[in-house]
This record gives sequence, structure tokens and C-alpha cells, in this order.
Amino acid sequence: MKIPRVKGTRDWSPEEMTAFRFIEGKFREQCRKWGYHEVRTPTIESMHLFTSAGTLTPGMLNRVYSFLDWDGWSGERVVLRPDGTIPIVRFYIDRMNNGSLAKLCYITNIFIFEETGKESRERWQCGAELIGAPSPLADAELISLALKISGEIGIRDISIRLSHAGLIKSLLGGIGLSKEEQDAFFDRILDGDVATLTELKTKNSAVADLLPSLLKLKGQSAGFLNNLKAVTNIGEIREHFENFMAIVNLLESLDLDYEIDIASGAGFEYYTGVIFQLYTGGRKIGGGGRYDDLVPGMGGNDAPACGFALYIDRLMSLVNLEKAEITYPEIILVSIRPGEDVTLDRLFKAQEDLHRAGYIAEIEMAEKRPVEVRWLLELGGKAPLFTLTDLSGGTRLEAGDISGVQKILEAKSGRQNRPA
Amino acid sequence: MAVKIALPKGRLLKKTAALLQRANWDLDEYHSKISFYHPRSKRFPELVIKVFHEKDIPIQVAIGNYDLGICGQDWVEELMTKYPSSAIIRIKDLGYGRGELYLAAAASQRISLDKIRAGKKLLRIASEYPNLAETFALKNRLARFCVYPVWGAAAGYPPENAELALVSGESLAGQEAGLVPVNRVLDYGAALIANKNSWTGKDLGEIIASICDEVSVTEGKPAAWAAASDPGTYQPPAETSPDCVRLALPDGHQQQPTLELLQKCGIEIEDYPSAAGNRRPKLSLEGFRTKVIRPQDMPLQVANGNFDLAVTGRDWLREHLAQFPSSPVKELADLKFGGVRIVAVASQEMPVNDAAELRKFNQGREAPLRIASEYIHIADYYARENHLGRYRIVPTWGATEAFLPEDADLLIENTQTGRTISRHNLRIIDEIFTSTACLIGSSRPVRNRVKSERIKSLLDKVRRAVEEEN
Repeated sequence: MKIPRVKGTRDWSPEEMTAFRFIEGKFREQCRKWGYHEVRTPTIESMHLFTSAGTLTPGMLNRVYSFLDWDGWSGERVVLRPDGTIPIVRFYIDRMNNGSLAKLCYITNIFIFEETGKESRERWQCGAELIGAPSPLADAELISLALKISGEIGIRDISIRLSHAGLIKSLLGGIGLSKEEQDAFFDRILDGDVATLTELKTKNSAVADLLPSLLKLKGQSAGFLNNLKAVTNIGEIREHFENFMAIVNLLESLDLDYEIDIASGAGFEYYTGVIFQLYTGGRKIGGGGRYDDLVPGMGGNDAPACGFALYIDRLMSLVNLEKAEITYPEIILVSIRPGEDVTLDRLFKAQEDLHRAGYIAEIEMAEKRPVEVRWLLELGGKAPLFTLTDLSGGTRLEAGDISGVQKILEAKSGRQNRPA
Repeated sequence: MAVKIALPKGRLLKKTAALLQRANWDLDEYHSKISFYHPRSKRFPELVIKVFHEKDIPIQVAIGNYDLGICGQDWVEELMTKYPSSAIIRIKDLGYGRGELYLAAAASQRISLDKIRAGKKLLRIASEYPNLAETFALKNRLARFCVYPVWGAAAGYPPENAELALVSGESLAGQEAGLVPVNRVLDYGAALIANKNSWTGKDLGEIIASICDEVSVTEGKPAAWAAASDPGTYQPPAETSPDCVRLALPDGHQQQPTLELLQKCGIEIEDYPSAAGNRRPKLSLEGFRTKVIRPQDMPLQVANGNFDLAVTGRDWLREHLAQFPSSPVKELADLKFGGVRIVAVASQEMPVNDAAELRKFNQGREAPLRIASEYIHIADYYARENHLGRYRIVPTWGATEAFLPEDADLLIENTQTGRTISRHNLRIIDEIFTSTACLIGSSRPVRNRVKSERIKSLLDKVRRAVEEEN
């Protein structure tokens, strides 16, 4: 029977959950090694966290799940978390905003409406936020960490696309746009709409003429940035160019491949500095950037900040579990020899002993055997008290007690099948 | 399959009727004293026509119950801004029923668009167009806002009960409100709309042509805003002192019995009901301030602390509590007038006699049970409580009887005598509760002693008057 799911939702099967836990495990392991601490924030948050300028673009906000809670008579809405970073910043301001350095990581689901229902409206991501540390060192650390985790998961051939929100904003300012126009155009660039820039009619036509082509250009070296800088070398713009170049130089010294693509925005208005996106095989698997104004903008004390998120749903389709060499303990089915009188407490005791020794031991249910099972352990009322059958090979061995059973298992199991 | 069209009652009825007259539709019944909702056309005898509240038409067309509809573009935009993928095609501007929507604020507050964009304080927006209000707020990056989705009288909310109102230019023209526009949000007029699938899959050509051919010269825009925007001699109310009791009084047909009750309590009230649309009548009681709003909107406003007391109906209190179960609003006194029964109504043909049979009936069906109601949260609660299984609530704005049997399976309705229900060949299958007018207030303690005594004194007077009467 088919019971349809809600459009835009998905189930995860045991196999998919194995891939999820594998990715999650690698992410946690690396974060722990790099000194990041895991936190968890609620699924439901106040909508106003996400509505102010400098948070999410209107394009994103129109696809947020919002509603009045059961006690929402004030009329203020709540949302299903549409973004991973903003709740972490709220947490930071609430609990840690005393000038200290915060290295936080999270694994979470986010909710964004998607029209066709072909892509999931509930997405999982794992991310890290480094709050209190300035550019460019912190930016380089996060890019390196994101790449390290992806590599550990087994994903190679990652290309990094770099942009710089501060640079885009200052360029828009440099051509004489008003604050509102700057915001509007920045949002449109972040929502992926570069073509509209050609409509620009502005005061500083020298830069304005160049801007659309600047945004379309792509390059692969710090030299490219230097060339760009040469044509638009004015005031505030220079500062952002220098920051951008410092990061690029750091990445080069780390021997990381990257591509500069100024127009590769990402729907997050909170970025103020470098924006990086990770691609493999043409698909985006994650991204992040610097957001120095978000903590003060949300009411906290000044704190420079930077972070990234990896998209678990995308990674799951790329991870190769066989190559990943995940090891499972062997499965032993525990049962009563037909026709013999064995009390259930003995059955459960034998199962528990095997669990303690690190095996997966299941009680046999109604002769429906799990597929991957190798061993069948039968308990008897009289000698031999235990018989162990290798279901793959057909050998049948006997033991007088459970430690005898364990000895057989240790001797017979291949190395790769040792208990975990 | 027969083509179906939804026509508006209310504001657009007269000019729509005139347009269809010119188009030789020759309708047997489509006029302002309409009591049945199924007019027939001699020119298009096969055409199924139904008359709805204008606000219901975009939804009916979007979900495919009707192929065509005539209604104001304001209500189309109200739907499309929230649900942009709604299956609606705007076919033709019909040139009449012009209006404009403004975001407005009290003149005394001197609010500008730049100010509200830059502000960090909570902005309250009252509107009959909650979706358009929210879109405006999101687009303009208001840091913190809430929307009061009111049934009416939005222009009466600023400045005390909301900073802003999203209202039609018409409602601003009544200078009593003292509102000035902050931003023009929408120009609208009557439009012919179609369901997207009908538009691509059905032959509607002859009907559409008959209407479009007769669209006369477009009406001019409504009188320029400037004429109405002069705040004139309007005096904004002085700041409410903390010991002042804020009382909400109903507009509409509850006004007369409310006036009589006040008189029995020995309280005089000036200009209520008001021919000029005065929303702030004066009471002879000291320390009270009144405002006239829709009874539907009162429980929420008491919950928010905008009013201390309000005269509304138990139906609207129950509706509010079904949406917000932990709300502090409670009934303080039963005023015993305006009695209606809230009932579940089905068509005569539906083989059920009570909620239990309805549950069984719905178990055997594929499609979800469609429950039409003005009381969407009571309807939702009723369906949950009675385990009706898979169901869908169809929100309506009045004339709910018209929905059965084609566009809904069940109604949750109020009725006084039950006559309208039987006249439409419908039948009551369950009585949910009885509603009368009541005085409501908040269960939160009133800390101000003077105010607390004033409330208590009024409550005593009201209770005595009701007791004497009954």
C-alpha cells in the first residue's frame, strides 16, 4: 500500500541513516580535533530573528515556514529554523558574548519551502562557527576545516568559489547608489540575479560601466584580483580588495585550488567579507563566509565572526560506504533448539553475554531471519547446552558454556569481522 | 463539463450586474436584495453561476471549484502574495470598482517609511489584508512586526492599538480616523480571473468574450488622496492614563442592544451608533475610553492588552480560545442578548444525522471532508474532537450556506431560527454550543487599584442590569 508523504519531504532508510551517521561521525571527529564544541538550538525560533536587514534576503524570507504558535495572540510569528547560523549567533549573544572566542559546531535540519517539491523542504546541514576571531586567519581555518571534513568523508575534486560581500557592497556604494538601492542590488546579486546590474544608471559611470563585467569575470589567481583592483582602486573598495587578497594568498600558501567568482552569492544578506562555496561535480555541497555585523546587528557586543555549513543531503548522495570501510560487528541469532526446554531468562542471558563481548546478538523471531546474519546460536535443555551453526558455511560446533561459544567465534571470525 | 463562474456580492454587485446586463446574460436573480445564490442566465443556460462574498472568490477559483470569477484585484493579490503558485490567471481589468490600498498611520505620530525601516521597535499593523501587510513588512525589512488580521475597522486601530493600518483609500477618506498615508501599496479594480487549468484545458471563449466585449471605458482613479489626507480638525486622543479603562464596543447589528444595556446601567453614550462612523464615542462614566471595532476582533485585542473590556459574542471568544488555548481572555458576564446557536450543517442528501455517523461516512471516502466556516478554529476543533478523519477547512467570509453541497460537505454556522438553513435545503446535524453577547476581559490581574475598581464597578452594574432584565 502506498501512503503518500507530504510534498517536499523524504524518509531515510536504514542504509541512508548509515550514510548520515557516517558523515555526522566524521564531522564531529574533525570538529573535536580542531577545538569546536557542539551545540543544539531549537527547531522553532522567533521570526523577527530572521527578518531584519542584514539577515536573510527577502527571496529567502518568502519561503520560510512561519505560523502563529498556540499562544501567539500577540500576532508575532514563529518560524521553523530556516538557517543554521542565526540561531547559533542568538545562542552566542545569550550565553557567551563577553568578548571570548567561541568555536561552535552543530548538526541540524533547516526548513525552506521549495515550489516543485522535487527537492526536500527539510534539509540537513552540519556547520561550524568561529565567533570572536578576525579575518583572514579565521577564514582560512574554516575553509581548511570544511575541506578536511569533506576529504575525510571521501569527497575529492572539490572546487572552491570565492567572492567577497564587502567588495560587492563597496562597489555598489562606489557607483553612487543610495543605501536602499545598494541593499536591493546586493540582495538581487545574492539571489543569483546578476543580469539586472546592466540596467544600472548611476552617477559614477566609470565604475558602473565596469561593474557588470567585473561581476561576470572569473579568475584563478591573486594576480586576477590585483588586476581588478587596478581598475577600481578607490577608498573603501581598496580595503576589501586587500582583505580578499590576503585570504587568497593564504589559500595559495596552503596549496588549495580556488576560483574567484564575484557574483557567486548565496541568499544570505549577513555576509560582510569573504564568501566561499564548495562544489564537486557541478553541485554545491556547502559554503560559508564572514559575517562581522551579525552579532552587533542582533543586539550583541561587537564580535567578528565567520562560519560554514556542509549540506548533508548532498553529501549522502556522494559518499561511498564500501570505500569508506565501515566495519560492523558480526550478527549472531540466538534461539532455542527445537523441542527442548529452555527458560527465556537463559536465552536473554546468553544474548546479554554476547552483547558484552561486542557482538550484535538478536533473539530469533518467528523464523524470519535478518538477511546478513552469519551465526545461529541455539540453546539446549540438555548437553550440548550451546550449538553454534555457521549459516554461510554450514559447520556446526558445540560448546558447554558461553565462554566456549566466544572462543569459537574469535577463532572462526575473519579479521575484518572482529567485534567493533 | 459545465463551465462555472463565481460572481461577487457586496461592493461590486451593482456594476457587475450592469456589465452582465450589457452582455445580454439576462440573469433571473442577481441584485442587491439577493437571497439565493444560484442565478441563471438565459444566454448561457448551461453555465453554473454562484454568488459569493468577493473575498472568497480568488480561493474558489484557485482551487478549481470555479473556472471563472469576478472580484477585486485586491483579494487576488492578497492570495497570490502568500501563495504565488496559486492557479489563477488574471484575464481582464473590468474597469470599475477602483480603489487603492495604503499603509497609513495616525497623523499625530508623524510616521514615515524611512522611520519605520530604521526602527527597532515592534510595529503593529492592523489590516483586512494580513498577507499583503506581511509582504510589505518583509520587503521593507521591518525589524520586528506583527500583523493583526482584522475583520474590519482597521482604520480605527492607530495610534493606540496599532502603529499602522493597511487600508483602502476609501476608509481613510472618513476623516474621523485622522490617518495619513505612509505608502501606497496597491491600485486595484474589479477583474475577471480564471483557473489556470480551466484556462488551458476548457473552452471558455464565448463567455469570456461576452464579458470582455462589454468592458466600457475605464473608470477614473478614485478622488485624489490629497483631498482626503488633510488631517483637518481631528484631535488625536490624549495618552491613556494607566487608570483609564479601555472598553471595546461592537459595530454592526449588536450596537442597538449594547446601547440599551448601557442605558439600563445608567450610562450615557454620545454618538453610538454613529451615522458619521465615529469610532470613539464618549461615555458619561469617568475614566473610561471606548472604541468601536468588530466583535470578531475583540478577543485578540483583549489578549494583547489593547483593551481591558469588550462586548462581543461567545462564538468569537470560543473561536479565539480554539486558536489560542492558553489565552488570558475570559467571559466576565453573559449579556443574554444576540442569542444564536452554533451548529454543524449538512445538505439534505448527505446520509448522516450526527457527528458519529459523519465520522463513519467520511471513513468510507477517498476525498477529504470539506468543512466551510467563518469560524475556522472552531471548525478545526470540531473536526479533531469528533475524529472526523481526513478533512480540510474552507475559510469563508459569510453567506456560507451557498457552499453546500457543491463546494463543501459540512458547514459550521450560526443560526437564530434555522430558517435560512432550511430554505437552502440544508439541515442541522449537530448543535455545538449556544452563543450570546458577553462582556469579556483578561484573567491577568489589574495592578492599578483605581482601574481595577472601575472595572469592578462597571461589571457590577452590567450584572445587575442583566439580572433585572431576565
